[in-house]
Amino acid sequence: MTTTLLLLVLLAPALGAAVLLLGGRRTNAWGPLAAIGVMGAATAGALALFGAMLTRPAAERPVGVLLYEWLAVGDLRVPFGLYLDQLSMSFVLLITIVGTLIHVYSLGYMAHDPDRRLFFGYLNLFVAAMLLLVLADNYLLLYVGWEGVGLASYLLIGFYRRRASAATAAKKAFLINRVGDFGLSVAIMVMFTMIGAVTFSAVDAGIVAMPGWVPLVLGLLLLLAAAGKSAQFPLQAWLFDAMEGPTPVSALIHAATMVTAGVYLIVRSAAIYDLSETARTAVIVVGGISILFGAIVGSARDDIKKALAGSTMSQIGYMVLAAGLGPIGYVFAIFHLLTHGFFKANLFLGAGSVMHGMNDEVNMRRYGGLAWVMRLTFITFLIGYLAIIGVPPFAGFYSKDSIIEAALAHSWTAGIVAWLGAGLTAMYMTRMVMMTFLTKRRWQPDAHPHESPPVMIIPMALLALGSAVLGYLLVMNDAFEHWLEPVTGFVHEDPPLAMPIVYGITFGVVGLGVLIGVLANLHPAAEAPTRVNPLVRAARADLYGDAINEGLFMRPGQVLTAATVITDRRIVDGAVMAVADLSTGAGDQLRRVENGFVRSYSLALVAGAVIVLAALLLLRIA
Amino acid sequence: MSPDAYLSLASILFAIGAAGVLLRRNAIIAFMSIELMLNAANLAFVTAARAWGNLDGQVVAFFVMVVAAAEVVVGLAIIMTIFRSRQSTSVDETSLLRW
Amino acid sequence: MAASLPTAIPWTVLIVLVPLIGAVAVTFLRAPAQQRAARWTAFGASLLALLLAVILAIGFTPAGPGVQYLVSSPWLPALGVSLSFGVTGISLVMVLLTTVLAATVIAAEWRMPVPRGTTQGYLALLLSLEALVLGVFLARDLFVFYVLFEAMLLPVYFLIGRFGGSRRGFAAVKFLVYSLVGGLAMLAALIGLFVESKAAFGRPTFDMTALADMTMSTPTERLIWWGFFLAFAIKAPLVPLHTWLPDAAAESTPGTATMLIGVLDKVGVFGMLVILLPLLPNASVFYAPMVVVLALIGILYGAVLAIGQGDMKRLFAYTSVSHFGFIVLGVFVFTGIAMNGAIFYMVAHGLSTAGLFLVAGYLMSQRGSASISAYGGVSQRAPLLAGLFLVMALSTLALPGLAGFIGEFLVLLGAFQRSVVVGVIATTGIVLAAIYMLWLVQRVMVGPLQPGVDRVREVTVWQAAAVGPLVALLLLLGFFPQTVLSLVEPAAQTTLAGVPAGTAATPSLFGLTGGEQP
Repeated sequence: MTTTLLLLVLLAPALGAAVLLLGGRRTNAWGPLAAIGVMGAATAGALALFGAMLTRPAAERPVGVLLYEWLAVGDLRVPFGLYLDQLSMSFVLLITIVGTLIHVYSLGYMAHDPDRRLFFGYLNLFVAAMLLLVLADNYLLLYVGWEGVGLASYLLIGFYRRRASAATAAKKAFLINRVGDFGLSVAIMVMFTMIGAVTFSAVDAGIVAMPGWVPLVLGLLLLLAAAGKSAQFPLQAWLFDAMEGPTPVSALIHAATMVTAGVYLIVRSAAIYDLSETARTAVIVVGGISILFGAIVGSARDDIKKALAGSTMSQIGYMVLAAGLGPIGYVFAIFHLLTHGFFKANLFLGAGSVMHGMNDEVNMRRYGGLAWVMRLTFITFLIGYLAIIGVPPFAGFYSKDSIIEAALAHSWTAGIVAWLGAGLTAMYMTRMVMMTFLTKRRWQPDAHPHESPPVMIIPMALLALGSAVLGYLLVMNDAFEHWLEPVTGFVHEDPPLAMPIVYGITFGVVGLGVLIGVLANLHPAAEAPTRVNPLVRAARADLYGDAINEGLFMRPGQVLTAATVITDRRIVDGAVMAVADLSTGAGDQLRRVENGFVRSYSLALVAGAVIVLAALLLLRIA
Repeated sequence: MSPDAYLSLASILFAIGAAGVLLRRNAIIAFMSIELMLNAANLAFVTAARAWGNLDGQVVAFFVMVVAAAEVVVGLAIIMTIFRSRQSTSVDETSLLRW
Repeated sequence: MAASLPTAIPWTVLIVLVPLIGAVAVTFLRAPAQQRAARWTAFGASLLALLLAVILAIGFTPAGPGVQYLVSSPWLPALGVSLSFGVTGISLVMVLLTTVLAATVIAAEWRMPVPRGTTQGYLALLLSLEALVLGVFLARDLFVFYVLFEAMLLPVYFLIGRFGGSRRGFAAVKFLVYSLVGGLAMLAALIGLFVESKAAFGRPTFDMTALADMTMSTPTERLIWWGFFLAFAIKAPLVPLHTWLPDAAAESTPGTATMLIGVLDKVGVFGMLVILLPLLPNASVFYAPMVVVLALIGILYGAVLAIGQGDMKRLFAYTSVSHFGFIVLGVFVFTGIAMNGAIFYMVAHGLSTAGLFLVAGYLMSQRGSASISAYGGVSQRAPLLAGLFLVMALSTLALPGLAGFIGEFLVLLGAFQRSVVVGVIATTGIVLAAIYMLWLVQRVMVGPLQPGVDRVREVTVWQAAAVGPLVALLLLLGFFPQTVLSLVEPAAQTTLAGVPAGTAATPSLFGLTGGEQP
């Protein structure tokens, strides 16, 4: 039964993708509905699995299914096996539920796109790959899903294929992810070479007996992989460009699910990180930098989607930071991941709804006063806003506050970074709400904003509902801690301050952020001010992430390529051609002897004969 | 008998033939010079046969004569054709078969 | 997979003869009106060969003796030469690849206009090339191997020189002379082996199985190794002996390029696997560090060059230089995983490169240019064409789930087991592969429509059906790699068992010198 359901969950979206991508234009009419249908089937399967899992005692909840032996060469045995435990179950639910809602939303958002069957096909492909990623029972199979979601992301970022910028952004995303994949590849090699297996269970069991450098190296390599996929510092540059894709894609892939795969990887490898303090510290540092980096960029961008992308980077930074805290943080990382999945998808869909009504305008300086025109969008967006800045009882409050407490329990630095991030989050989100929905109208002359159709509003409303209540639901009776504890372990540590003080500081910081956000954006200009301080200028340029990539890798790479091409032509092939020219040249010289005059040939003959004769005579005499 | 005189004559004939081939432009003359060289060789063969007292040399001389006859047939035909097309038998003018 | 075939039928010879007979038959259908019949005959012959290859695969027992279905009859008894053909796990896989690609090429170029010469001549040359390559893969006599190895140059010479692009004459001669130089070195080595075998066994022999048991003095073995290595390194091609390939590929028709890179080049690696390692194991171990370094250079150098190309066919050629670096690396690190990976890689590379050349060929035949800058936005006009191209490109950059990944990962894993540094350096190749492939896709397939591209038409049903099986195979092998690996593994283990390289149970940082491993 479990096997059947698991296969249903995994194969239904895959089948949908296959039908839509192979079916061609015939599927135009019913393709999007079919895509939603398979998502519904997958969600139903996931819920059934969840129900079955709840009925079992905690120790018997994980189930493994071996489908077949995927690779068997020498000592390498890699099963094509699925593993469903509480951790992957959480992800499966998030992916299928949020995924289905976003599919429905896309029905409205993409209604006028002639290629929408492809869009839905790619979305289904993404869901299938993402499910494989979280259901795999070994690192190599996870890698298949890992790159599968990368491929879907590549295809969807580049979906508007008439735009050159979309193609560049898609390639950039894939390439930077490949740098991360390098880490995952090498990590798998280290695992197999040292431990002799790549399944989670075998690695978890075998890592304990390894010398100290193995968990350290593995931890750092996996962190590289996670940073690539989750757009963490220093591999964050692709996420901002990825906003070239349609907004539902940004919501599903670049906010709710795919970019959190890095957090999944770290939490899944908890056994490895538990053994290396240094690797965990590296994770915390990366997470902490990303929190601030993303928040600073999010505070300065006028493009609503890029501001949200900065926010995503920052929020995932929280998750990564929490995961780096070890057993005190794993649970909260996943907790925040789930709530973030809901409220960030909600916010992105809200942004999409605004764009839908504003002729695809993304510049917030051209918005303003939309709260009265798009009331439903405003309300759902507002709920998402309250959730992300951490106002109780909305979801973000519970998850983010848990992380702040755990970070404080770990170290003052981590805690202060988390607080700072919370304040910045409140500031840039308030700015976004102010510039978009409040303040006075700065619309372009041809803008006629209107509320989106119900097919878009209903998913937004459902996500808003999730953003509102999910945190409370999960935190009730410490339900989520008990749920996830058997997988990741959980240790509670009290922060060095009394709880009321912690809460007080958090609320103070958030309140201050909101205040600054309101005051600074009461009268936003329709054109971005050009005379700004260096920090804003840097933040608008994504803190020079692209400039660094260009200066450090792209330009030298171009020079290297050009030099290599010349080397190959002039030196390597040049040597070959020189040998060829030498032989033809020698032939050219030699053939001059063949002058065509019979008498000179005869002279040569005679001369030859005379020489032979002379030689003979000389020999005779000698 | 002493073969010296015969061999000397053969050498002189050969030298005259060789000089003719090298120095004369007329194809017919060059051709005749070649024949002279062949016959010089024949003379040497026959002399040797006589000196050694067996027939091998004479047999070879016959071979050479047959080959020379065949060569004359082909060679004269070529010279005829060239003469027809160019109104000349100079070997220096037919130098097209070079690089 | 173990149903034994009746041995009364000489299967291994039959499979070589079928395309050869097809080639002869095609030349008899000379009249222009018979072009259609000629196509069907050629296609039929290639399909029949494919069918025979599949039958052979079904009748092959992976766990059985190394050489199966051996057919042998004396040819030049005085020299110890016999016409013997047999199949091993490695050659079986190569035979399958060859027959698949030959049939695909003939089907894919069904309507390709032949600028010079006749379609019949083109088809006959393709089929004879197929027959000769199959002969090389199945030969169990070194002399026969050599003769066929040299003979297969001729069809390619004419395929490039007669049906190629504007610099076809130059490319054909460069290819031929380059290959002949390698062949000459191989001939010298062959004579050396002849002399050695005469001394060792009392009578000369060229039987590969027998020669594997022969021991030679170290200097002799190394000298002979060089002869063979030069020939195989040129054919493979290994940096720095690769420069004939871009010219040859750029001037070929897509079909010729497919056979050239997809099949013919594999003969070089195949030779390393069945001659260098079993016959000259000590020298192979001795020179392994050098070969590994060359392979590493090839991986990175080829990839960087591919990034810098402005011509699609040259780009594909340089990607192949990079991929052959991986394959040779897999052979010469002497671990079971890497060797299986290398053989698997050859299959995956053959399939995906064939797809790239053929799909790009559809495009180039319409636009009349191989220059990347002449394209842009093709996917707007021909989404299916762009989709097929993308799948091939993704397999080339080793996307998990497609065949390319399995081969590349196994090679990298095996290399890593032997030497951490080698494994890590080679792994950087995956980033470079993404750069050259995706940048190509970006410039050709997506973005704004370039002038001239708006006339590009979608692939026909027939064309899609010709290339479609390649996509299916790439997916199949990506998810079920054991179908090929189970055929290959015993043969790879046998090959490896003869190499005194030790085991790579404990990786070392540099550990290139296999012989010094515990």
